[in-house]
Amino acid sequence: MSKEKIKISEDLYDIMPSDYQDLVRSATYGKEDRGWKDIGNSKELIEQHSLCAGCPESMAFRYILASLPNPEDTVMVGSTGCTSLVFPMVAVHNIHSLFGNQNAIASGLKRALSVRFPNRTKDVVVLAGDGATVDIGLDMTLQAWFRQEKFTTICFDNELYANTGGQESGLMQKGFVAKMAPVGKLFDKVRLPEIARESGCHYVVQCTVSKPSVIEKVIRNAVLVAREIGPTYLQLYTPCILEIGKNSMEGLQEMRDSEKPTERFAYKEYMSEPAKQLLAEMAAKDKERKAAAKQLAGQA
Amino acid sequence: MNDYRVLPGPEHFLPPAAASMGIRLPNPGEAHINGVIAPEEKAYEEAARQFLMAKVPTIFPGPLVLWAWNEKAAKKATAIRHLYNTLKECVHPSQTPMLIPMPDYRPKYPKINPEVEINPNHPNLTIWHNKIDCCMFVGVHCHQANLSLKIIRGGTSCYTIAMCAQAGHEDAMLSFRDASVEKIMKLADWVRKLKGTVQPRLTSAKSGASN
Repeated sequence: MSKEKIKISEDLYDIMPSDYQDLVRSATYGKEDRGWKDIGNSKELIEQHSLCAGCPESMAFRYILASLPNPEDTVMVGSTGCTSLVFPMVAVHNIHSLFGNQNAIASGLKRALSVRFPNRTKDVVVLAGDGATVDIGLDMTLQAWFRQEKFTTICFDNELYANTGGQESGLMQKGFVAKMAPVGKLFDKVRLPEIARESGCHYVVQCTVSKPSVIEKVIRNAVLVAREIGPTYLQLYTPCILEIGKNSMEGLQEMRDSEKPTERFAYKEYMSEPAKQLLAEMAAKDKERKAAAKQLAGQA
Repeated sequence: MNDYRVLPGPEHFLPPAAASMGIRLPNPGEAHINGVIAPEEKAYEEAARQFLMAKVPTIFPGPLVLWAWNEKAAKKATAIRHLYNTLKECVHPSQTPMLIPMPDYRPKYPKINPEVEINPNHPNLTIWHNKIDCCMFVGVHCHQANLSLKIIRGGTSCYTIAMCAQAGHEDAMLSFRDASVEKIMKLADWVRKLKGTVQPRLTSAKSGASN
């Protein structure tokens, strides 16, 4: 797993646009310790985005792409929504599914990849909004978890249908009035993290994207647990600043306010016993590897 | 006998797929010129003639040759560079051969820089911007090549050549099949052979529908 897979033909190197040359020269493919700290220092796997200025979803996208443990062998499955505006600019294989179908597509894809590449680790990561995950695609989401499909589902929860003008979604908080939901939400926010746990997900986290180090940790954990054990689910609060009446600079504060212990996006994490064991083993190995590297550096 | 011919456009906004108009693909050892099956040798000559006639003869290498995903791809890239260098040597100083990549197929509008790259979803932008009047696709996956070739035929007057590694393209004005390093080199040889015998066009654009 390395940049070998994205080598440009030598004789045509000079005609390649510079963004591709940069990608081959200084992207983090194959780097074992890749993470959010590479943002700004190396070529990012997201060239640009067409989201609104200050959109927290764009931050989330950057952190996720920087944290995937195996980007060169990862396929992301997206769905209709703001995320689908970004995927064309992402340097990771990706598929746009029909609205709500993302977990069904990912199930087939993951199985096909296991048959086609039995000796290679291939990760599948679903990334969709709350409309696709919880409303339109809930059937596909749940059925994939029931079947114990080995991939990660990430839900960008902005609590409404953002790019169609602000309609009510299942993840909208009770009582919230949106531009296209003037009566106000009449029932509670669907408790999908709990549903995920009960449906067989082995690693479930709900949090905001205010802290990149947290996102890095949960993405790595979710992908590694999905690879080895079974389905994992992350619900990340990425508020739509336009639809909740905030300015470009206020997205981060909105997330910080919403993640306080008594608020609806307080950090929440569930792990199955096998997942706990796997992550503990991985942490021990990681510690060992870092100690050995430190020792080696000391000797040099 | 079918009357439809695959000719330089602009044909109209949504030209019919040439296959739906009865144009068929060549068998091994054959090519097609304007939709008529012809011996491959004749196609080399015609492709070389079109390149030498064009004001801006251009090669569009696609991902299958731009990325060195196997040894054969890298060798094809070398052959393409050789063909481009040959073109540069053989054309009149008023002609401007170009080599413009199609690195991938994701829709890049409006980010595309049509001066330095081509995208299958809007190839006309690159052709219009650079005033390309003859182009050759090589190393482009068939579906994307078909899409591009149709858009080009619909909206531009550019002559299209497909150097296809599979069964060829009905929607190109001239199509080879089973492209290989040898075939690309052979086309370069034909360009050299016809050097000085073909009068370059004075203008790069033609107008009016051809079918």
